[in-house]
Amino acid sequence: MARVRRRQATLAAPPVSEEDLRQLSARNNEPAWLLNHRLESWEIYESLPMPTLQDEEWRRTDYRHIRWEEAGPLATQNGARPAIDVIPKENLAPLIGEEQGGLLVFVDGELIRYEFGDALAQQGIYFAELQQASQERSELVQRYFMQKAVLPTDGKFAALHGALWTHGVFLYVPPHVVAELPLHVVNYVTKPGATLGHVLVIVEENAQATLLVDYASPPGEKQAAYIGATELIVGDAANLRYVALQDWNRQTFEFSHQRARVGREGQLDWIVGTMGTQLTKAHLELELDGRGANGRMSGFFFADDDQHFDLDTQQNHNAPLTSTDLLFKGAAKDVARTVWQGMIKSLPNMQKIDGYQVCRNLLLSKDARMDGIPGLEIEADDVACSHAATFGTLEEELMFYLMSRGITRPQAQLMLIDGFFDELLQRVPFARVRDRLQEAIEAKILS
Amino acid sequence: MGATLEIRNLWAGVEGEEDAILRGVDLTIQQGEVHALMGPNGSGKSTLANVLMGNPAYEVTEGEIFFGGEDLMEMEADERSRAGLFLAFQYPVAIPGVTVANFLRQALNARLKAEDPESKGISVPQFVRLLQGKMSQLKMDHNFAGRYLNEGFSGGEKKRAEILQLATLEPKIAILDETDSGLDIDALRVVAEGVESLKGPELGVLVITHYQRILNHVAPDFVHVMYGGVIVESGGPELALRLEDEGYDWVREKHEIAVPA
Ligand SMILES: Nc1ncnc2c1ncn2[C@@H]1O[C@H](COP(=O)(O)OP(=O)(O)OP(=O)(O)O)[C@@H](O)[C@H]1O
Ligand SMILES: [Mg+2]
Repeated sequence: MARVRRRQATLAAPPVSEEDLRQLSARNNEPAWLLNHRLESWEIYESLPMPTLQDEEWRRTDYRHIRWEEAGPLATQNGARPAIDVIPKENLAPLIGEEQGGLLVFVDGELIRYEFGDALAQQGIYFAELQQASQERSELVQRYFMQKAVLPTDGKFAALHGALWTHGVFLYVPPHVVAELPLHVVNYVTKPGATLGHVLVIVEENAQATLLVDYASPPGEKQAAYIGATELIVGDAANLRYVALQDWNRQTFEFSHQRARVGREGQLDWIVGTMGTQLTKAHLELELDGRGANGRMSGFFFADDDQHFDLDTQQNHNAPLTSTDLLFKGAAKDVARTVWQGMIKSLPNMQKIDGYQVCRNLLLSKDARMDGIPGLEIEADDVACSHAATFGTLEEELMFYLMSRGITRPQAQLMLIDGFFDELLQRVPFARVRDRLQEAIEAKILS
Repeated sequence: MGATLEIRNLWAGVEGEEDAILRGVDLTIQQGEVHALMGPNGSGKSTLANVLMGNPAYEVTEGEIFFGGEDLMEMEADERSRAGLFLAFQYPVAIPGVTVANFLRQALNARLKAEDPESKGISVPQFVRLLQGKMSQLKMDHNFAGRYLNEGFSGGEKKRAEILQLATLEPKIAILDETDSGLDIDALRVVAEGVESLKGPELGVLVITHYQRILNHVAPDFVHVMYGGVIVESGGPELALRLEDEGYDWVREKHEIAVPA
């Protein structure tokens, strides 16, 4: 009989327990409400089955090659405290010139560097590790943490995150305050096992801020999991620029829930880059709650080798006169697989909404596969909405044009792929970060 | 030694199609000469230009092309370019995300690297000076350097950008495929002066055109008429003037039998 290599028939779950949760909470000296929140999330987690291909949202993503015995145990619980110099210098470089407003660096879920300028602190801006915030700004964190944006009930991994989140950041910008300098978070993971990072950003009425979060890990032998949650709360007439760049190693599986809420006349400029992992399943949801709210979502992704990215986006128009603009651009080479599934929704009778969504896919090999599934559910008549997914390869006509000027074939390919992403990279507001991303893209093209 | 372009009995068509578009073209262009190629729509002029440049959309079924004694058919488009051949396209394509400046710098660097694999390429200040000089000469707004190549360019702007590339890359033989079409009178003068200033013993030019007006600026030594994929008439400047006056009817009548429809 032929030997067939099978993936596990039934879905194993990570080897974590309520006991891990209690230990984690005790180690952090968490207030009772936080422990309770973990316990409630754990209950939800236990009540939900592991997602399978039978679930609509997971139809195109089979993660059964994860070895939970490696990727599941909490990475925070073993080994010595790592040094900051494990992190590549480019990832730590200041965002603008020599300046950034603050820097939080986590290695394996432990905070190992904290910089925060007096100038921003004196403005009343709060930027700190989330555990610390839940003590120092208990009332605020309790009101928002997994209450308004990402909920433990959002899914199995959201519940697991609520129960076992290992570390996080909290950025709070009070009303009418403008954070002039950008803030920066680096999440670096050197170990196998699971980290569960949280980002909670609250930008109050008429306030402004820019935050960049980097996720990265060096090449590894053993599997790791990142089970993240990101919550962005943008108040009335507030403005948030949020950039999240993911470059985990090829042994990492990411399962994340990210949701933003934007108030009246508020503005969110949300950029996500997906380069790393073995497999990524991310939910990115934009809720426009206030009249006149506006959100732009930009995403770039580049899958090579046997990477698998599954990005679900939602643009929910919950108020009249709201507008969204989503542009995702991705490439896939080798035998990689990408899925983008987008949805624009409105509550009934939300008039004068403007929702736009397009995902452009660049297929760089015959064996790669890209799915792009746009969607629209609008229950109003006075609306301007459009949605599309496009698919293409490197056009011979363009290749010929470049080559007719003496540019070699490999160089012409590089230029066209760089050119494909350029429009999105230009949206990243930091030149140094753009250069780093361009290098990462070129490394993938040449690999 | 002059880099002569020699085309002998060239037959070519669209890759994968039976019917030939070029049906036995013979033409020789020396450095320093200006040739005009005229002929009705669809007669095969752009096909010839593309085949010479090595466009993989076309397939050569018979004949030979030599450039400076080398077999052009053995070379890919980029090698042909680096050997000194240039084509200003009739319909230049837009290159999303690649700026004019980046594009031209890469094209120059490709030449330097082909000569010397160790070359680090042209320095940025040196390149900027070069590019700005050429743009001024062609009366182009320097902002063009930062725009994505041909994206959203007007018809005339595209043609000017082609000549900018010609001026920067300094080829030995340049083919201008209807570079004069779509240009207003002032733009035509600027472009023609640009070509004129590049002309000299180092540059051979093949001007593909429907109009005499560009030939008033760039005076041809030879004029050829293509009809049905063959060069059916060759002569001096007076041939272009006759076509301007009389159109192609006489050509059709004379060569109908030779060229089946
Ligand atoms: N890529 C192609 N695919 C299909 N047909 C082609 C292609 N290229 C050329 N042809 C056909 O070959 C013939 C010659 O076309 P070509 O563009 O060379 O003409 P031309 O002489 O340049 O015409 P014009 O003066 O209109 O520019 C036309 O019938 C054209 O439709
Ligand atoms: Mg033509």
